Amino acid sequence: MTGTLDLKALRITQGDKLVVSLTQQVAPGEVLTIMGPSGSGKSTALAAMMGTLSAAFRWEGQILLAGRDITTLPPHKRGVGLLFQDDVLFPHLSVGDNLAFALPPSVKGRAARRAAINDALDQADLSGFAARDPATLSGGQRARVALMRTLLARPCALLLDEPFSRLDASLRVQIRSFVLSRVRSEGLPAVLVTHDVEDARAAGGPVITPLGEPVSI
Amino acid sequence: MITGGPLRWAPRVTVALLILPVTAGLLGTVIPAFNNDANGLRDLLDWPGLRPAVWLSLTTGVAATGLSLAITLVLVASLWGTRIFTLIQHLLAPLLSVPHAAAALGLAFLIAPSGWIVRLLSPWATGWTQPPDLLILNDPYGLSLTLGLVTKEVPFLFLMALAALPQTDVARRMNVGQSLGAGRIAAFVISVLPSLYRQLRLPVYAVLAYSMTAVEMAMILGPTRPNTLSAQVVIWMADPTLRFQATAAAGAVLQLGLVLLALVGWRLLERLARRGIVSLARAGLRAHALDAIARILAVFAGTVTAGALILGLAGLTMWSVAGLWQFPDALPEALTLRTWMRAAPDLASTGALTLGIAVTATALSLALVLACLEAEHRFALSPDARALWVLYLPLLVPQVAFLPGLQFAALRSGVEGHWLAVAAAHLVFVLPYVFLSLAPSWRAWDTRISVAGLSLGATPARVFWRLRLPMLLRPVLTAAAVGMAVSVGQYLPTLLIGGGRVETLTTEAVALSSGGNRRLIGTYALLQMLLPALGFALALLLPAILFRNRRGMAVAA
Repeated sequence: MTGTLDLKALRITQGDKLVVSLTQQVAPGEVLTIMGPSGSGKSTALAAMMGTLSAAFRWEGQILLAGRDITTLPPHKRGVGLLFQDDVLFPHLSVGDNLAFALPPSVKGRAARRAAINDALDQADLSGFAARDPATLSGGQRARVALMRTLLARPCALLLDEPFSRLDASLRVQIRSFVLSRVRSEGLPAVLVTHDVEDARAAGGPVITPLGEPVSI
Repeated sequence: MITGGPLRWAPRVTVALLILPVTAGLLGTVIPAFNNDANGLRDLLDWPGLRPAVWLSLTTGVAATGLSLAITLVLVASLWGTRIFTLIQHLLAPLLSVPHAAAALGLAFLIAPSGWIVRLLSPWATGWTQPPDLLILNDPYGLSLTLGLVTKEVPFLFLMALAALPQTDVARRMNVGQSLGAGRIAAFVISVLPSLYRQLRLPVYAVLAYSMTAVEMAMILGPTRPNTLSAQVVIWMADPTLRFQATAAAGAVLQLGLVLLALVGWRLLERLARRGIVSLARAGLRAHALDAIARILAVFAGTVTAGALILGLAGLTMWSVAGLWQFPDALPEALTLRTWMRAAPDLASTGALTLGIAVTATALSLALVLACLEAEHRFALSPDARALWVLYLPLLVPQVAFLPGLQFAALRSGVEGHWLAVAAAHLVFVLPYVFLSLAPSWRAWDTRISVAGLSLGATPARVFWRLRLPMLLRPVLTAAAVGMAVSVGQYLPTLLIGGGRVETLTTEAVALSSGGNRRLIGTYALLQMLLPALGFALALLLPAILFRNRRGMAVAA
C-alpha cells in the first residue's frame, strides 16, 4: 500500500505571485517539514496535495503517490489522510462511530468492524471509550482519536497541518512522539506544516519553505 | 467533480420555479385586462369606489410598513444587548408562526365593540351594558387593518434585523459611537443603521408590497365601503356570474402599478433619509435626551404589538371553549368543549388536508433548497445580489397581480381544484422563506468537517448525508417549520388555485369570519395556529432528544 509521495515541479500562483514551488520526494516513513511565516503558502501546498485548492489559485506540475498520479483526483479518491490543528472530531457521533466512519467498507461484518475499532482504541490507550461523547474527552485523548481515525482509513500518505500547535507544552511532546512513531511504524510518507522549530527537529526529515528553499534549524 | 450531475442543475431549476410562475401569472393577468377594447379597465374606472380604494391601499400599506420599520428599529436601537432584548428573541418564533388570518381574527375579537377590551372596561368605566354602536373594526380609515399588519410585520422585520446585526459589527460601533459622546440612539442611527438597513431593504420592500395588497387581513379587519383594492379584486374574481373577471384583471394591474409606485417613492425616501443621517453626523448629533424617550417608546410599542397578538390569541382560545358569554362579562359563565366536539369531524378533515398540502410544499422546498446549498458548496458557486432578488420576487410582486393568471392556467390545464396544484402554488411562497431561514446556518458550517470526511475516503454524498445534514438537523427542522407555517397561512393561492374547492383551515377561518359564530371561528383559527406551533416544537425537541448525549451539539449560548 505505501510508497513514495512525489511532488514533481508543483508550482502554485495567486495572481502574479508565486506561493508554492516544490520538487521533492518523500519516502515511506519519512517526514517532510514545510516551515514559514503565516500566509507564506504552507496551507496552500497542503490544499493542493489534498485536492481542495480554491479556484483562485493557478497550479501546474504533478503529484504522484505510490506511482499513482493523483494530481486531478477528487479528495476522497486520493488516499491522503489529514490531521488538522484541531481534532475536528464529528460532534454528533460517538468516539466509536467517529472511527467507524473512517473504516473502509472492505472491512465487512459487525464483529470484524467492532474488533478493528476496539483494536485502534487499545493502541491509543483509550480502551472502552467507544461509546463516549467526543466532547467529554480531554485534549490529548481527542488528538489520539483523531490520529487513529485518520489511520483507520488506511491512507497512502499523511498530511499534518500544524496538528500540535493547539496543545499545551507537556501534551505536545507526548502527542508528537505518538504521531511520529505511528508514521514510521506504518511506513507512510508524511508532510508536516509547522512554524515550530521543535516540531521540525522531532520530525527528523528535510525542512524547506513553501518555495522549496532549505531551512536550517 | 464527477458526482452530482443533477445537483449542478438545482440552482437553475429553483430559479425557474420562482420566476416562471410569477411572470406567466403576470402575463395571464395583464392580457385579460386589455382584451375586448379594454372593457375591464373602463369598468374599473367607472367604479365609484376606485379612488378611496386606491387611497386606502396606499395609506394602510405605507403606514403599516413605516410603523413596523420604526418599531423594529427603535426596539433594536434602545434594547440591543439588554435582558428584554433576549426575552423578545425567545418570543419571536411563536409570534412569527401565527398565520395572518389567525392574528387578524384574534385582533378582531380583542378590539370589536363587543370585544375583550370593551368588556374589561364595561360597565364600570364606560357605562355600557350593550355593545356600543361604534365602527372600530372595519373602520373607514383602515386603522385596525394597519394595526393588524403591524402586529405581524414587526416580528418578521425584527427577525430579519437579528439575522443582519452580526454582520454590522454592532457592538464595536455602538461602543465607539458612545465613547465619542453620542447618545445610544444617535450612535445607532449614525454608525449602525446605514449598514443594517442595506440588509433590511429587501425584507422592507416585501413588507410594503404585502401590506398594500394583503387580502385576508383586509377582509377581516379592513374597511368594507369600499374595500381595499386587492380585497375588491378578489371579490370581483370570486363573483359566480364571471361578469367581473376583466374588471378584476384591470384592478390587479392597477394594484401592481400602485405597488411599483410606492416602491419608487420609498426608494426616494431612503435617499432623503441617507442625506439626513449624513448631515446629522456632520452636525455632531448627541441627543442624549432622546435615549430615555426612545426606551419608553420601544417598551410601549413592543408591548402593544406582542400584547395585541398574544391577547387576541387568548381571546380566540377562550371563545372556542366558551359556554354562555354575555356582554359585558369579561369571562364566559362556563367552559365547554361542545364547540370543539361538534366541529371535530370537519376540523379533522380540513386540518388533515391543510397538513398534507403544507408537508408536500415544505418537503419539496426543503429538497430544492438543500440541493441548491449543496451545489453552492460542492461547485464553489457564489450567488450574487441577483439571486437574492429572484428569491424575493414572489414576495415583492403582489399575489393578486399574478395568481389570477396562474389560476387561468390551472383552469385550462385541468389541475385547478386539486390539492397537489395548491401545494405547487404554495411552493412558490414557501421556498423563499425556507431558503432565507436555512442558508445562514448552512453556510456557517465548519467546512473543515467536510475536508476531514473526504480525507477519510468518504464520498461527497456520504459527507452530506452522514455529516452535514445530521449536524445541521436543528436549522433544517426550523426551516421546515417556517415553511409549514407559511404554507398553513396561505389564503389567496389556496382560494384561487383550489378553485374554492380545496378548503384549508385558513380559507375556512376567513370564510367564517364574516359570519359571526365566534366559537367556531375560534376553533378554526386556533387549529390554524397550532399546526405551525407544533412544527416549531418538534424542531426544538427532536434534536434535543437525538443529541441529548452530545455536548458538542448543544445550542451555542
